[in-house]
Amino acid sequence: MTERLRVRVDPDKCQGHARCKALAPELFELDEYGNAHEAGDGIVPPGLEDKAWLAKSNCPEIAIDVIEE
Amino acid sequence: MSDVSQPAAHPPVTDWVHDFDHTDPQWTDDPFPIWDQLRAASPVVHTERFLGCYMPTTYEAVREIANDTEHFSSRRIIVRDVRPEVARNAAPPITSDPPVHKPAKQLLLPPFTPDAMKKLEPRMRAICNELIDGFIADGKVDAAARYAKYIPVQAIAHMLGIPESDSDLFINWIHMILELGIKDESKLLQAVQEMSAYFTTHIEQRKNKPTDDLISYLMNAKDKEGQPLEESHVLGSLRLLLIAGIDTTWSAIGSSLWHLARTPVDRERLIAEPALIPTAVEELLRAYSPVTMAREVVKDTTVSGCPVKAGNMVLLSFPAANRDPKMFPEADKVVIDRRENRHAAFGLGIHRCVGSNLARMEMQVALEEWLKRIPDFALDPAGTVTWSQGTVRGPRQLPILLGKAM
Repeated sequence: MTERLRVRVDPDKCQGHARCKALAPELFELDEYGNAHEAGDGIVPPGLEDKAWLAKSNCPEIAIDVIEE
Repeated sequence: MSDVSQPAAHPPVTDWVHDFDHTDPQWTDDPFPIWDQLRAASPVVHTERFLGCYMPTTYEAVREIANDTEHFSSRRIIVRDVRPEVARNAAPPITSDPPVHKPAKQLLLPPFTPDAMKKLEPRMRAICNELIDGFIADGKVDAAARYAKYIPVQAIAHMLGIPESDSDLFINWIHMILELGIKDESKLLQAVQEMSAYFTTHIEQRKNKPTDDLISYLMNAKDKEGQPLEESHVLGSLRLLLIAGIDTTWSAIGSSLWHLARTPVDRERLIAEPALIPTAVEELLRAYSPVTMAREVVKDTTVSGCPVKAGNMVLLSFPAANRDPKMFPEADKVVIDRRENRHAAFGLGIHRCVGSNLARMEMQVALEEWLKRIPDFALDPAGTVTWSQGTVRGPRQLPILLGKAM
């Protein structure tokens, strides 16, 4: 019944503003240049759904997708 | 056309939509109603001043231009009265276009990641408290001149490995380049020359005795082919770090304190809920974005349906984009807990500010330490707040009365 969420960062759009890492540190990682990618397989653990949406809606480059599976 | 050898006096603006001028005193004092007027007229406006210059007025038009490096070059990043020949390696990567931009940017990114900034944070807290110690007993302070200004200066001096006591020298160069240089080419050239001489001395010292700082880091950096950077590239990037790192964050901290001095309800909320400070910092960055950039149109195109002709400059106003009500509900209101905030204060696209993580850390620490020790403060009615002109906007004089100081 409950949908599972998955986050994904588009590496071609990400410019390293790092807003996602500040707002949802559990869901995103930064590389040595400070550019973001999703942590692990991007699956959002239960309870962190709000943070996933918050990260998406604060990315200045519109680089984050939240996929409902 | 004005005589390029003299600093030109600009005639006052009477028709903002067709003759805008970001150096006009009215713009300096209160640009927000002007931007609203321009946005209501068109997504892109034009002025004959500055040898021809467009300004995108909406968030969307600003984004289009920031993401279009084919038609818009970064080789000139300040809108000025003159367009002298472009120097190679002026200030890479901010003055670079693809394909040379990416490797130049990647060199600078690792020292500025959020994790790298965390290591600097304790030093920043100490700097803020030392500054507060210097004036807290006086009952009043010029918070721009004695607090906001010295936080980024000392941070970047610390990172570059140059003496924090040279601060006033750096501040003078920045004033000459970003403010006086708009109308007086000679001031800009003089400052660039003095900065290069200054850094050349520091580079020479490190040739025999390498240090653990950004100057040595750049001297040892290799390009894609594994070759050391040309000295002009090292000097250009050092000039960039010094110029870009100081009056920008000085302005952002100053504007934030200006807002909090006038808005007790926001101040009290941040004291009661310090965890909200990072969110508040984003909103203050949106509402009072300090930095306006520029591009040069190198090929004819259209932006938001408006024709744009090669040979003109573009005043790329991230501050105006951040006040676009189509993008931000209640755009003219500071909503201290705004949840959705895709503001463009640090730019959009490949030229995203390399120091954004540093600036954010400095702002958070500066506000946290100030609010801990000075929970109650207000603008001094006996003083005058003044704002910088042109490329970077923030208070340069910010007289504040300290009440119930601790």
